[in-house]
Amino acid sequence: MTEAAMGFLELATLIALAILSIAFLLTVARVILGPGIPDRVLALDMLVAIAIGFIAVIGIRSGFTIYLDIAIALGLVGFLTTVAFARFIMSRRYSQDYQEISARLKAKRRP
Amino acid sequence: MTELWNIIVGLLIIIGAFFTLFAALGVLRFPDLYTRMHAASKAGVFGSGLILIGLAIHASDVAISLRAVLAILFLILTTPISAHLLAKAAYAVGYPAWKGTAHDEMRTALNANKPRARKK
Repeated sequence: MTEAAMGFLELATLIALAILSIAFLLTVARVILGPGIPDRVLALDMLVAIAIGFIAVIGIRSGFTIYLDIAIALGLVGFLTTVAFARFIMSRRYSQDYQEISARLKAKRRP
Repeated sequence: MTELWNIIVGLLIIIGAFFTLFAALGVLRFPDLYTRMHAASKAGVFGSGLILIGLAIHASDVAISLRAVLAILFLILTTPISAHLLAKAAYAVGYPAWKGTAHDEMRTALNANKPRARKK
């Protein structure tokens, strides 16, 4: 009975690794396709979540749970990356507005 | 007793992996950024959280279980913030919502107090 349960856990980790790989590939496809920057940033955030899942499954499978610290750090880095990218997108808005306003002023000055 | 826990952990891992797969499918297939965000930030975090719960049950050491629970808490704490910030930035830039969007409360809220238009 214990043998069967251990075999089930082995099989479950294998299946989970395969499914997570497919999910990873689908998200990478969104990173490549994504029409705008926000789509790509969202997909990168999703990649971080999938990577944490990978680390947890490998920790169950091989017993190397020391990678769990790396998973926590990875979550922190992913959060900070998304926040930084959001600020970047916002700042791009302001520069675009500035260009529009300067173009409008130039057009007003000409006639 | 151990075999029961093994089966529970295996089921948790498989269910979590499926949640992550469906989140990735939603990120790939949904029509615009806001619906994609809906898939990624809820289903994705739930899938990873289930896998981490499986690790917390499976680990024999209390420190490792505590670390896994901490990782779940951290993930649940940070993902809504980042998703909200990203959605706000994308909306402020003028990233278009899907054509089939039924209701947009943000537009009326932004038109109600627009400081830059009032200044000019």
